Amino acid sequence: MTAAPLDPSERSAIVRDSLGVGFATGAYGVSFGAVSVAAGLSVAQTCALSLLMFTGASQFALVGVIAAGGAPVSGALTALLLGTRNTLYGLRLAALLRWTGWRRALAAQILIDESTAMAVTRTSVPAARVGFLTTGASVFVLWNLATLAGAVAGTQLGDPRTYGLDAAVGGAFLALLWPRLRNGRNRVVAVAAAAVALGMVPLSPAGVPVLAAAGVALLAAVLTRGTDPTEIPEARS
Amino acid sequence: MTWLAILVAAAGCYLLKLAGLSVPPRVLERPLVERVADLIPVALLAALVAVQVVGSGHHLVLDARALGLAVAVVLLLLRAPFLAVVFGAALAAALVRLL
Repeated sequence: MTAAPLDPSERSAIVRDSLGVGFATGAYGVSFGAVSVAAGLSVAQTCALSLLMFTGASQFALVGVIAAGGAPVSGALTALLLGTRNTLYGLRLAALLRWTGWRRALAAQILIDESTAMAVTRTSVPAARVGFLTTGASVFVLWNLATLAGAVAGTQLGDPRTYGLDAAVGGAFLALLWPRLRNGRNRVVAVAAAAVALGMVPLSPAGVPVLAAAGVALLAAVLTRGTDPTEIPEARS
Repeated sequence: MTWLAILVAAAGCYLLKLAGLSVPPRVLERPLVERVADLIPVALLAALVAVQVVGSGHHLVLDARALGLAVAVVLLLLRAPFLAVVFGAALAAALVRLL
C-alpha cells in the first residue's frame, strides 16, 4: 500500500467505473420513493429516510414492516439490525481510507454496499478514497433525487395495489438478497429464516416475525465453524 | 410515532457506520461477530421477502404478490437490473389483478 499520488489514467478509470455504479444504484431510489409512499409514509418522511438513513436495505425494511401493519419500533429495529453490516464494511475500510475528524464523520454517511465494493479492492489510499467518494457521493445525490421523484409520483397513483406496488416490495427484498444466495450456507439460512418468519405470522404482532428470523442468523453463526471474510456485494453498474 | 422511529433508526444507522470507521478493528474483528453480521442481512431479507409476499395480517395467503415474486425470480435469473426486477414484479401483480 502506497501513499503516492494517483496517476491520472488510473484516477479517471476509477471515477468512470464509480459513476456508472452511482447512476445505476441511485436510480432505484425511484422504487423506494414509490413503495414508501404506498406504505403510508408522507413524502417528507420518505425523503428524510433517504437523506438521513441512506442505506437502502434498512430503508426498505422500515417501510416494509410499517406497510405490513407492524409497529414503527419493529421497523426501526429491523432497519438497525440490517445496518450492522455497514459496521463491518467500515472495519474493512478504515485502514484503507485513513480519514480522521470531520472527514471521517462525513465519510460515514456514504458508507454503504456500493461505496465499499468500489473502494475495498484498491491497493493504495488515494485510489480507495477516489472510488469511495465518487461512488458514495453519486449514489447519495441520485438516490435522494430519485426518492423524491418516486414519492411524488407515488402520491398521484391512488390505490397502490392496482399498480402491484405491494408485490414490488417483495421483489425489492429478493433483489437485495439475491447476490448473497450464491453461498450454500446462506441459502440454508435464508430458507430457515423465511420459514421461522412465516411460522410466527399467525402468532405475533406484525413486524415481530422478521425480527425473530434474526435468531436464525445467530444460531447459524454459532453452529458454523471456520472464518470467512466479510461479504461485500459486487457493485453492479 | 413514525417520525420518531425514522429519526432514531437513522441516527442509529449512522452511528453503526461511524463505529466501523472509528473502532479499532481488534474490538469487533472476531470470527463469531463477523459470521453474525454476515448472516443477519441474509436472514432478515429472506424473512422480509416471505412476510411481504404471503403475509396478510395474521394469515398467510397466496395471491397476485406470489406471481410478482415468481416474475422477480425469473428476471434475477436473467440478470436483469434492480429496477427491472422491482417494477417487473409490480407489473405482473397489477396485470393478474386486472384479469
